[in-house]
Amino acid sequence: MLLALLALALVATVLLAPAIARVARDLNERRLAAQARRRARAAHTDFGDPGRERRAEGRARELLRSCVNDEEWAMYRDLGFIRVYGKLAARRPVFQDVISAATEQPEPPAPDVSPQYAYLIYPHKPIVAYVPQTRRLLSEYCVEFPDLTGAISRTRLPDSDDVLAKWMALTGDERRLIRNANMHLPGRQVDPGRVRRDLWRLAEWERQRRGSDSVEARRR
Amino acid sequence: MTRRVPIKFLRMKPGHGEIVLTEGDPEVREDEERLVEEFRRQLDEGMWAAVPTTQPGSGRREAQMVRDYADIPADAERVIFFPRAAGG
Repeated sequence: MLLALLALALVATVLLAPAIARVARDLNERRLAAQARRRARAAHTDFGDPGRERRAEGRARELLRSCVNDEEWAMYRDLGFIRVYGKLAARRPVFQDVISAATEQPEPPAPDVSPQYAYLIYPHKPIVAYVPQTRRLLSEYCVEFPDLTGAISRTRLPDSDDVLAKWMALTGDERRLIRNANMHLPGRQVDPGRVRRDLWRLAEWERQRRGSDSVEARRR
Repeated sequence: MTRRVPIKFLRMKPGHGEIVLTEGDPEVREDEERLVEEFRRQLDEGMWAAVPTTQPGSGRREAQMVRDYADIPADAERVIFFPRAAGG
């Protein structure tokens, strides 16, 4: 009797095996398809949603606007960059101060004189240092703000957050930012022709805003 | 110096814009403990902290980098945390 039952079970298994295999294969295919859908959804959410990036940039612009001076905000809105005057140098040659910033030498006193150098802050591009009086380009400071916490992210700060981070670091601790940046000669990443055009645009913009008060506008 | 205003901690987040980490009244003990803890956590994660400021005389806006909770100006309404700078 037992032998007969075992034989029956064996026959049933042999007969059902293709069906069981087909069900297992279907389940596996469904699982793989679900995984692929999840991956595609995640990719879409993280990197491919233009609305999300636009909203992020909108938030970042509001934060930037609430932090910087009105003139700086208008400059960014109209020209796409912000100028910040350097405060490390006053009487000494510019290069000497840039070098002392990189080597942590004591900060010299800052008398109330016209700024010897300034920076142009572009989103996700190096900071460009130049001399306002002559428009001579001094150097590029390559700097970024990578968020390394948690999982490695392929996204970066919105443009306006990048500008605000540079602005805060420059106005709050110029020496430390310069020390952390990689300094290069002008033209390594930012086209000098473009910078000169931007300085001309800035001068025109300032002239239209407030007559001939600014340093750049006086040079015209 | 006694703080008079509630404070908000914001953090720049890649692909998102800023997020509110926490907020509270530093004069309330539980709030202050939470703020101190969050401040330390952010710095431990490698963030820089800055407080947007306005100069009393000129009205000129700048940022003040803060490295310790105690360095936050008494009238600060927000602290912005952002990833520390690295050579690009």
